[in-house]
Amino acid sequence: MNAPVAAKPSTPATEASQTARVTLLQHPLLRPLAALLVLLVLDAFLVPGFFRVTIKDGHLYGSLVDILNRAAPLTLAALGMTLVIATRGIDISVGAVVALSGTVSAMLIGGTMVMHGSTPEYVANTPMALSLLAAFGVALLCGLWNGVLVAGIKLQPIVATLILMVAGRGLAQLLTDGQIVTVYYEPFFFLGSGYLFGLPFSLYVVAAVFAVTMLLVRKTALGLFIQAVGINPVAARLAGLRTATLIIFVYVFCSACAGLAGMLITSNIKSADANNAGLLLELDAILAVTLGGTSLLGGKFSLVGSMIGALIIQTLTYTIYSMGVPPEVNMVVKSIVVFVVCISQSSEFKRILRRRAA
Amino acid sequence: MSAQVNAVAKPSLTAAPWFTAAITVVLLVAMLGIGGAAYPGFLSLQVVFNLLIDNGYLVVLAVGMGFVILSGGIDLSVGAMLALSTMVAAWLLQTAHWHPAAVIVCVLLMGACFGALMGLIIHVFKLQPFIVTLAGMFLARGLCYLISTDSIAIDQPVFVALSQTQVHLFGGFLSPGAIIGLVVLLMAVWLAHFTAFGRAVYAVGGNETSAAMMGLNVGATRVAVYALSGFCAALGGLLFAVYTLSGYALHGQGTELDAIAAVVIGGTLLTGGYGYIAGALSGVLVLGAIQTLIAFDGTLSSWWTKIVIGALLFVFCVVQRVLSKKA
Repeated sequence: MNAPVAAKPSTPATEASQTARVTLLQHPLLRPLAALLVLLVLDAFLVPGFFRVTIKDGHLYGSLVDILNRAAPLTLAALGMTLVIATRGIDISVGAVVALSGTVSAMLIGGTMVMHGSTPEYVANTPMALSLLAAFGVALLCGLWNGVLVAGIKLQPIVATLILMVAGRGLAQLLTDGQIVTVYYEPFFFLGSGYLFGLPFSLYVVAAVFAVTMLLVRKTALGLFIQAVGINPVAARLAGLRTATLIIFVYVFCSACAGLAGMLITSNIKSADANNAGLLLELDAILAVTLGGTSLLGGKFSLVGSMIGALIIQTLTYTIYSMGVPPEVNMVVKSIVVFVVCISQSSEFKRILRRRAA
Repeated sequence: MSAQVNAVAKPSLTAAPWFTAAITVVLLVAMLGIGGAAYPGFLSLQVVFNLLIDNGYLVVLAVGMGFVILSGGIDLSVGAMLALSTMVAAWLLQTAHWHPAAVIVCVLLMGACFGALMGLIIHVFKLQPFIVTLAGMFLARGLCYLISTDSIAIDQPVFVALSQTQVHLFGGFLSPGAIIGLVVLLMAVWLAHFTAFGRAVYAVGGNETSAAMMGLNVGATRVAVYALSGFCAALGGLLFAVYTLSGYALHGQGTELDAIAAVVIGGTLLTGGYGYIAGALSGVLVLGAIQTLIAFDGTLSSWWTKIVIGALLFVFCVVQRVLSKKA
């Protein structure tokens, strides 16, 4: 995002270069990027062959590809969450939407065994395109529900989405009768574990969503409108923005991203678990957004930052696992990283630092 | 209820803070009535007492959460803190063989310090309570796993005796945990409505800037509120440890949401400064009554609990919203 240009008094000769340097140092993406780099450098020492990428059967294999692939659902959720947070909102129903869309897609596709001569073959119960559309539609409905509660009834975002967070998983369990739905249909697995041109297919999904979102917020006025709503909702409304429509849009968008993430997860594990799919994903997504430098107070947002945030979380998980540290420690380390990053990003901390430096 | 009927003529009735709280009580009575009409044996004193016995820990948690929400914040770490308390208590009792009294004091202190630390971070660095307590939640859960990934059974005589004691009252019985929950609630009501601290909490939740301009120490109030919530979560954890006689890192998952839901259903607004601490009890009892009704029915599956709680939250929020619009 646009960095604030520092207005520091300096001699005219050095002004240009100094301003450039200060701008770079104050760039909002500097800290998240630095955190990611530190993690990657740490990995380079701790994990042998971390940066090695090999080609097997025409697919790229390696830790980096693995991290990108596994971060895909989180990245999608974080992209959607960024826009919601930019409008001063929050969506804690992401995990429930993941469970719902995953369940719907898995139940509709299902898969029945049909004998073709002597070779068994699985066919989808409902055409795959239709099933995915239905799952996506469910996600959109969830988003619409959240958006109407926030913008229409004017509930606080956290309560509004708490309703779906609690009830959504219940609905998903109601659909599946509390069972885990297993999918037997080869083409569906391509979504979450297939490869296209040597890279995991999920990466293309993330790239496409990112590109569309970037175009929407950069090439149209939408990004500006969303920021305006986040900075001052009343002023935005008085300036003639249709804030309610905008807010409904961001919640629908966030749920759509969550729905896609749900399909990726379901396809990857070849089943839908209404109880555990996407558990705590909303919290990780909020973390990713915060780590990426977007304030929970709304206003300025950075989609790139949120992507970096998601990668930080996934790299951290990967590092902890590959260091042979028990996975349980993951949560402790994660929380400490969050504390450190949040505190270092707070304006109070920067003020204290500046006072020290002066 | 008669006072309410008398006051109908006044236009400001629905705007009164106690009105939404009263709706919850009416709803609770209605639920118990429906249960009594539909299922024989439902409408007994013991069923109501069982609600308290099964949810005593949640009452304590909701009381702490109530203070945080009244002050305009939120505490997502209480469920994890509950688990950490059961874990630390179980470990100190079973592995370190501490005296039960020392264990209780130690766990309560730990909870209060944990909460105070989060409050301090929120205040000093002006961070969002949501994100700080979220990190606190991860930290507390992670610390649980550092102690042990398995559940630890408690067979310490005092704890076992506490879990088996029945206090007979009006022909029914309560557990010590339920009584502690009620005592905590009474003390909290006194703290909220009859002390300077309580008034400061309402003032900070209502408008932080004007509270500061009035000369209230916003920072100290906030740290105290989170310390209180941490303390309540630790106490809730002890009650839960007695109730289940075990410590486990997966105890109380999602309890923070139950506590928030109970506070909201109890008529407290999440924006802060509006509501009653006593609403925590009616909120928890409504949640418990839903579960009991579904258990009594026997044909409904457990996930209906979630759906009904979601629906109830929706109705309550909309009703609150409509009422506050009228005001």
